[in-house]
Amino acid sequence: MRVRLRFTKTGKIRWTSHRDVARVWERVIRRVGLPVAYSQGFSPHPKLHFGLALSTGHESVAEFIDIDLDDDSPALPSPDELDALPLRISAALPIGLEVTGCAVIPSNTTSLQQAVESCEWDIEIRNVAPDAVEAAVARVVAADDLTITRQRKGKDVTDDVRPYVLALAVVGSTDAGTLVHAHLATQPRGLRVSELLALLDPAWEEGLVRRTAQWTLIDGARHEPLPGPVEPTSTSHATVRAS
Amino acid sequence: MTVWTELEPLLAKVQKPARYIGCEDGVYTPDHHAGAASWLLAYPDTYEIGLPNQGLQILAEIINERPDGAAERTYAPWGDLEELMRATGLPLFSVDTHRAAGDFDILAFNLSAELTYTNLVNMVDLAGCPIRSVDRSADDLLIGAGGHCTYNPEPIADFLDFVVLGDGEEAVGEITEAVAAWKQAGKGDRLEILRTLAGIEGVYVPRLYDAVFGDDGLLVEVVPNDPAAPATVEKRTIADLGEWPYPKAQLVPLTEVVHDRLNVEVFRGCTRGCRFCQAGMITRPVRERPADQVRTMVSEGLQRTGYDEVALTSLSTADFSGIEQVVVDTVNDPDCGGQVSVSLPSLRVDAFTVGIAAEIQKARRTGLTFAPEAGTWRMRQVINKLIREEDLYAAVRSAYSQGWRRMKLYFLTGLPTETDEDTLGIATLARNCVEIGKEFHRNPSVTVSLGGFVPKPFTPFQWFGQNTREELQRKIYLLRDELRRDRGVQLKWHDPKASMAEGLASRGDRRLADVIEDVWRHGGTFQEWGEHFDLRLWEEALERAGLREEDFVYRHRTEDEALPWDHLSAGLHKDFLWQDWRDALAEVGLEDCRWTPCYDCGACTGYGIEHVVASAVPPAGGSQGTGQDLTVGGEVPVTLLPSKPAPVGARA
Ligand code: SF4
Repeated sequence: MRVRLRFTKTGKIRWTSHRDVARVWERVIRRVGLPVAYSQGFSPHPKLHFGLALSTGHESVAEFIDIDLDDDSPALPSPDELDALPLRISAALPIGLEVTGCAVIPSNTTSLQQAVESCEWDIEIRNVAPDAVEAAVARVVAADDLTITRQRKGKDVTDDVRPYVLALAVVGSTDAGTLVHAHLATQPRGLRVSELLALLDPAWEEGLVRRTAQWTLIDGARHEPLPGPVEPTSTSHATVRAS
Repeated sequence: MTVWTELEPLLAKVQKPARYIGCEDGVYTPDHHAGAASWLLAYPDTYEIGLPNQGLQILAEIINERPDGAAERTYAPWGDLEELMRATGLPLFSVDTHRAAGDFDILAFNLSAELTYTNLVNMVDLAGCPIRSVDRSADDLLIGAGGHCTYNPEPIADFLDFVVLGDGEEAVGEITEAVAAWKQAGKGDRLEILRTLAGIEGVYVPRLYDAVFGDDGLLVEVVPNDPAAPATVEKRTIADLGEWPYPKAQLVPLTEVVHDRLNVEVFRGCTRGCRFCQAGMITRPVRERPADQVRTMVSEGLQRTGYDEVALTSLSTADFSGIEQVVVDTVNDPDCGGQVSVSLPSLRVDAFTVGIAAEIQKARRTGLTFAPEAGTWRMRQVINKLIREEDLYAAVRSAYSQGWRRMKLYFLTGLPTETDEDTLGIATLARNCVEIGKEFHRNPSVTVSLGGFVPKPFTPFQWFGQNTREELQRKIYLLRDELRRDRGVQLKWHDPKASMAEGLASRGDRRLADVIEDVWRHGGTFQEWGEHFDLRLWEEALERAGLREEDFVYRHRTEDEALPWDHLSAGLHKDFLWQDWRDALAEVGLEDCRWTPCYDCGACTGYGIEHVVASAVPPAGGSQGTGQDLTVGGEVPVTLLPSKPAPVGARA
C-alpha cells in the first residue's frame, strides 16, 4: 500500500536541508510504528519517496512524501487509522513540520519528482519598495526571451527561461520588503527562486520564501498531488507535543 | 531575551545554518525565574561534534529537574557566523531558546580536548565577558569547566572561575544551589561566591591559589591564598551509576552530527590499566549500570527517538558483565522491528568473538575498529595493553568470517622506550590481518590510524618526555615507507605538530594562559581541526611569552619535581603511579583489579567506594587476556632519554 502525505515546513526548521528532513521522516515513521516496507539487499532502507527538494531556508505549506507500507504487516492501518494518521505523525514530528493531508494512492503512481510540473511561491524581497519590484516584474513578464546560462549537474547550460515563468506578480509589502507571488514550471530543468530573483535584479536579497503549492498536469488540467486544505490546520500541534 | 530576530537574517549567509536553530527533539525550554541559577552549558567545538556529548546532556537534565536551576546549550559558532556576529554585535547565544549568553549566570564548558582551549576563550569573549577571571565583576558570567581535560586546568586556570573534577552529577546540583542563593541575595561580592564554590567537594577555584615558580623556571607549588580553598581538591565520584539513568531524553538533532544514534552508557570507569590512557586512570573504579536498566534505557530510548542504532558506551564495552545477552536482546527485540543495529565502541580484541560479531552485524554492519595500540608484545607490555597477537588475529578472523571486509586498527607512536622495531611491528600486524582477510574476501583492507602519543596528567606516563615533532614525523615516515607497497593497508596519521600543541596544553602550567590567549588573538580558533591548526601561531606565541616547548613537552620529569596538577587529586596515589611507571619501563604488566586483589591505587580506597561489577569472573580472554604471570616486578635499571631539556630536533 502506498500512502501520500502532504506536510508543511515552516519556522526555524526551514534552516534544515532536504536531507535532514528525509532523516527526520525515517525516524518518525519508526516512532509512530508505521509498518513501512524495506528495500531488499545488503543494507535495507525504508521505502520513502520524496518530492522536489526544497532549498535550505525556504518554507513550504505544500511538501509531499510517498510511503510504501508492508502489505503483509498486521499493523497495516485501517481506513479509520489512516484518517487519524496526520495527527499521529504530526505529534511525533518536530515543531514546524506538520502533516496536513493523507491518502492512499496506487502503487504505480508516477513519482512526485516526475509528476510535478510547476510550483507556486511567495517570495519576499528584502529592503526594496513595491514600485521598484513592480517595474522589474513588468519587464520580466513582458520579455519574449530570457536567455541565461546556469549550472546544472556541474555543467553550464544556456536556456531561454521565459517559458518557465507561468505567472509573476507583486502581491503586497511585508515588514522587511515586498512580497511577490510566482508560479514557476519545474520541467525539464525548472527555474529556481534564486534564478528568478537574479533575473529581477541580481542585487536584491531574498527574504522569507514559501512554497505555496505544487501542481501536476493530468490531461491538460492542473491538479494538486493531494486534494485538500493547504494551510497548517491544527494549532493544537504544540499542545499535542507537550503532553 | 531571544536574539532570534537578529540571528535569523545571518543564517542565509552561513554554511550549515541548522547548527544554530536548536529545535531538536528534547530541546530545553526551562523557566529562568529570578530564583534560578541559569546555566549555559557549552561545548567548545562545532554543533555536529558537541551535540552528541552525553556529559553535557546529563548535566542539563539534572539542572533542569531542579526548581532552582535552568540550563540551555551552546556550541562554538563556525568562523563565518562568528564574523557576522562580531560585525552586527550579536553575542553568543543558546541554541535552545536563542537567549543571549549574558542573560545567564554561568557559562560552563565541557572540555574533552585540549586543542579546544582557544575556542573556549573565544566563546567567553563572544559572550561579552572579560576573558580573565580577575577582570570580571559581580554581574559578569561565572565561567566554569568540567570534563577530562580539567584534571590539569592550569593552562586555562586564569580564564576559569571554577572547575569541577570528576563526575558532575552531584556537584552540579550543589553549585546550582550555591549560585541560586547568591543570586537571590543580589549577587554581591564576586569573591564571596567563589569562596562558597571552593567549599564544595570537587570544585577548584583557581583564583584562590597561587602558582609559585623557582629561579630555575620550574614550578615549586600551587598553594591556596585564601582560607576558603582546600590545599588539595579531590575529584567527585558517583558510587552507583544505577542511580543516575541519564540522559533520560537524549536529544535527537535535526541535522547530521557525529555519533548520530542512541547512546547508553553501560559502565563508567575502567581498570584494565592501560598506562597511556588518562580516561581509564581518572574514572576509576568500575561502576556498571544494572543490566535491566540498560535494557530499559535501550528499548525506551529507541522507541522515543526513532533511532535504528544504539551504541553501548563505556571505555571497554566488552567487559560489561553479560554483554552478549544485552546485545542479543536488543537485536532481537520485536518492538524494534529487527532493524536495530548495536555498535560497541572501544571493543577489546580479546573479547570480540564470532558470537558478538554475528549479533552486531544482523541488522547492519557498522564500522569495526580495534585498538592494539602498539606493534610488538614488548611495547604492549610497557603500556599494559596485554593483547596477544593471536587475540588480534582471532578477532580479525571472526570479523572477516562474518562478512566484514574492512577494519580500522588504532596505534600510538612515540610511546616510552619505543624502538623502530616496535614501530615497524605495526606494519607486520596490519599485513597479517590483510592476509587473514584474503582467506575470506578478494580485496580485504585494513586502515592503520596512527596517533602521536601525548602523555597525560594522572597517568603513569605523566613523567615521560613526549617525542619531539621531528621524531614523531620520522617514525610516521618510517612506517609509511615500510607500507608503501602494501595495497591492502592504508596508513593515516595525526599531525605531529598538533601533538606538540596538545602536549603543551596537556601538561603545561599557568604560564600557558598567555600563550593560549595570544594564539586566540591571532585568529587561532578550531585548532583541533587539521585545516585550521597553525603551528606558527603557537611558536610565535611561545616566543612572545618567553617560553620553550621543550620545557613543557619534551622534557622527562623527575620523581621529586612538582607537577602543575599536584594540588588536584584523581584519587590516585602518586606513589602508585610512580611504581606503575617503573613497572612500565621494566616491561611488567599489571592485572585488572576488578577480578584480582586491589593494588590500593587510591581510587576506591581513598573515597570509601568500590567496583560495581555484576560478574565475579573476567569476560572472554581473562583478566588481561594472557593467562601469563603478571606479578609486579622489582625496580629494574632502565635507560631513558635525557631528563634535562633536549634540544629540539634531537633524536631520542
Ligand atoms: S583502589 Fe584498588 S580496586 Fe580500586 S581502582 Fe584502585 S587498585 Fe582497583
